[in-house]
Amino acid sequence: MKLNYRIVIFALAIVFGIVFSVPSLLQTEGGKKITLGLDLQGGLHMLLGVKTDEAIKSRIKSIAASVKHYADRNDILIDGLTFDENSVRFEVLDSDEVKSFHTFLSKVEGAKVTNNGSVITVSFTPKEVVKIKKLAIDQAIETIRNRLDQFGLSEPIVARQGKEKILVELAGIKTPQEEQRARELISRAAKLELMAVDEDRNARVYNMSEADAAAYGDVILPDAKNPQIKYLVHEIPILDGSMLTGANVGFDKNNRPVIDFKLNSEGADIFGDFTGKNVGKRLAIVLDGKVFSAPNINERIGGGAGQISGNYTVVEAKDLAIALRSGALLAPIYMLEKRSVGPSLGADSIKASMVALIGGFVLVIAFMVLYYRMAGVIANIALIANLLLLLAVMSLFGATLTLPGMAGIVLTVGMAVDANVIITERIRELIYEGKSMHKAIEDGYSNAMTAILDANITTLIASVVLYVYGTGAIKGFAITMSIGILASMLTAILGTHGIYQMLESKMAKNKDYRFWFGIKG
Amino acid sequence: MEFFKYTRPFDFMGKSKIAMTISIILILASYVILATKGLNYGIDFAGGTIVQVKYDKAAPIKEMRERLKGDKLFDGASITEFGSPDEVVIRMKTTTGNVTQDIGDVTREALKGTGKFEIRRVDIVGPKVGSELKEKGLMALFLSVAAILIYVAFRFEWRFAVASIAALIHDVSIAMGAVALFEIDVNLDVLAAILTLLGYSLNDTIIVFDRIREGIVKSKNVNLAEIINESITRTLARTTLTSLTTFFVVFTLFMFGGEIIHAFAFTLLVGIVVGTYSSIFVASPILMLFGFDVKKYHEKLAEKAKREAEKERMRAQYESGVM
Repeated sequence: MKLNYRIVIFALAIVFGIVFSVPSLLQTEGGKKITLGLDLQGGLHMLLGVKTDEAIKSRIKSIAASVKHYADRNDILIDGLTFDENSVRFEVLDSDEVKSFHTFLSKVEGAKVTNNGSVITVSFTPKEVVKIKKLAIDQAIETIRNRLDQFGLSEPIVARQGKEKILVELAGIKTPQEEQRARELISRAAKLELMAVDEDRNARVYNMSEADAAAYGDVILPDAKNPQIKYLVHEIPILDGSMLTGANVGFDKNNRPVIDFKLNSEGADIFGDFTGKNVGKRLAIVLDGKVFSAPNINERIGGGAGQISGNYTVVEAKDLAIALRSGALLAPIYMLEKRSVGPSLGADSIKASMVALIGGFVLVIAFMVLYYRMAGVIANIALIANLLLLLAVMSLFGATLTLPGMAGIVLTVGMAVDANVIITERIRELIYEGKSMHKAIEDGYSNAMTAILDANITTLIASVVLYVYGTGAIKGFAITMSIGILASMLTAILGTHGIYQMLESKMAKNKDYRFWFGIKG
Repeated sequence: MEFFKYTRPFDFMGKSKIAMTISIILILASYVILATKGLNYGIDFAGGTIVQVKYDKAAPIKEMRERLKGDKLFDGASITEFGSPDEVVIRMKTTTGNVTQDIGDVTREALKGTGKFEIRRVDIVGPKVGSELKEKGLMALFLSVAAILIYVAFRFEWRFAVASIAALIHDVSIAMGAVALFEIDVNLDVLAAILTLLGYSLNDTIIVFDRIREGIVKSKNVNLAEIINESITRTLARTTLTSLTTFFVVFTLFMFGGEIIHAFAFTLLVGIVVGTYSSIFVASPILMLFGFDVKKYHEKLAEKAKREAEKERMRAQYESGVM
């Protein structure tokens, strides 16, 4: 027996394969492991869209709020302040003040301010519209990520897919309740608004339609605990959650969970001004379009701290605080695609594909030995090395193993011996032609080479395209197929060649063709 | 052991008329099935909702239908067994974009009291995503065929490339026909199977073509049919053996891999059988059909060799001149 460079490389590859596949195979503590895909371990996969038009609308609304605040603060009389999806419109009663509004509004980024006499219209430039939409998506990704990071699952994935889709993958979800909680946390707008109750008309709220309310610049909002109770509030909020700096779970005097929030200095100023001017009236604390409480303003409130009380459990309060802290979603999100797999189904899939893998593996191995004898054994060594390498490379890259990925491995088992079948057939042919053992092996390898290369490269091309254009679990199939093919070049071609070269002197001596290649010779 | 010991070439080309007739009938039948029955697009491409429910005993499908009838969300829902009598899937064409309301929860509520069950899978694919996946899938199919065509043309010759693609279309068409015939849900996994088949079928064809190319270059014989017969016979052992091992594993996958992998394994099974047949009986006759001329090819090779030699001589002269 002689060592040669091929056998050394092959041995190194096997060592590499064993070392790096052990953590995944034995599930050891440390080391890099293959992660199981959601379809195998169970979990929730969602593709979310963002209603970006709503982000524009909400920006418009906040411009309206600042116009109102500016007018109030500087004692400028304005009339007919209205807004729609794209613009804010109001009339300045003292036309000398039009210029002052122009200066004030020019500070608003991307705003297009036009006036027709004393009627001012504010809208966004097309460039700004694109920017706001993009921001809404960026911010949604950021916000959802923040919320899920605090949710307590291990390694939640939140990523952009394509231009405007958000991919969310949660592996640790085990129960429907948990899933429900996660979905609510993700989709919660968490839009906090402090709004003034329209005390002049609130008494008539139960006889009013939405349109009636709109005519007064008001909206009708339901109570969070009891939707039968309604409030009539000014549509333009005093301030919103964007001025929030913190939100935490606290407890009120009856020891019920509440959420304490704090405003930044600008928010505190606005809040102080408003409460100072509206003593005796009510302030509605509105979250996602529902009135959580509407306390009476007894005095000017400085410092910018407030409280949201509601009828919630500690867990609900905690989730709400997370949502408020990580900021409101600028625009609502909606579901484009959802795939949820229960852990028991994942376990069943693993079991089934393992049975298939082992069954196929045993069949192939037995067939190769039966048909090719020693050459079959050598091919089988290469096959096992191939699987180890495949697992090692996947572990090293932290690749995800999906159900189609398992199918890819099973298929690799079937196709990896192909190279050895081609080579051994060539060797058999040459032996029949009367070539010596040495010559038959060397020529067998070189004759088979172009065919094997061409065949593998075409399969590789199909796999790569599948990877680039595939989604989710299918990518996993493409990965295992590609790695399997590449590994087979090393094991089935180089490795087996090395083994033959090592055994060559022995083979040349005993010339037992039946033993070595399964033929009479 | 040896099944195919080479003694003399079989006359495969002599049988090519029969093979071509069979192939054309199969392809036409596939297209007729595809045109009349059509493909049964699953939710990945058509959009829709799937809820998979597993009971601890046989699922009460009749009662389930009754229960779900009332709810508008389940309009047009179909309930079918999935793999075993305990397990069913509820399929709907409709989807809901609402993140907080979940069809799984609604189903759980609606089926309360029908026995002990567990909701194991909820898949919702919105129509927009479905059509996008379809577009991407077709793109993948088209691109890989184009890439492979270029590679084969570069490595062999354009006639070989065209013949291998023809064999490919043959295999994919028949596999798709079988998928339509057995009303298999076409989802992403079937697309993956088709793309794998693409690589596999070519793999097979290329091994044979490689032998033909070798035969053309090496032998003095200029009769293409004889070269092809010899090449196919010589690769017959490999073609059948590799197909056999691959068939083994895909068959175990089909039998034991579970319901979810069924469509994938089925498509591949059909593909392997058809692909093996086509690399023996379809690809090479097409090569003949295009009138590949061995004599001209030999002349071209000789020409090329002469040019190379000339170049080499010039280079040698030039180099010695400079020295």
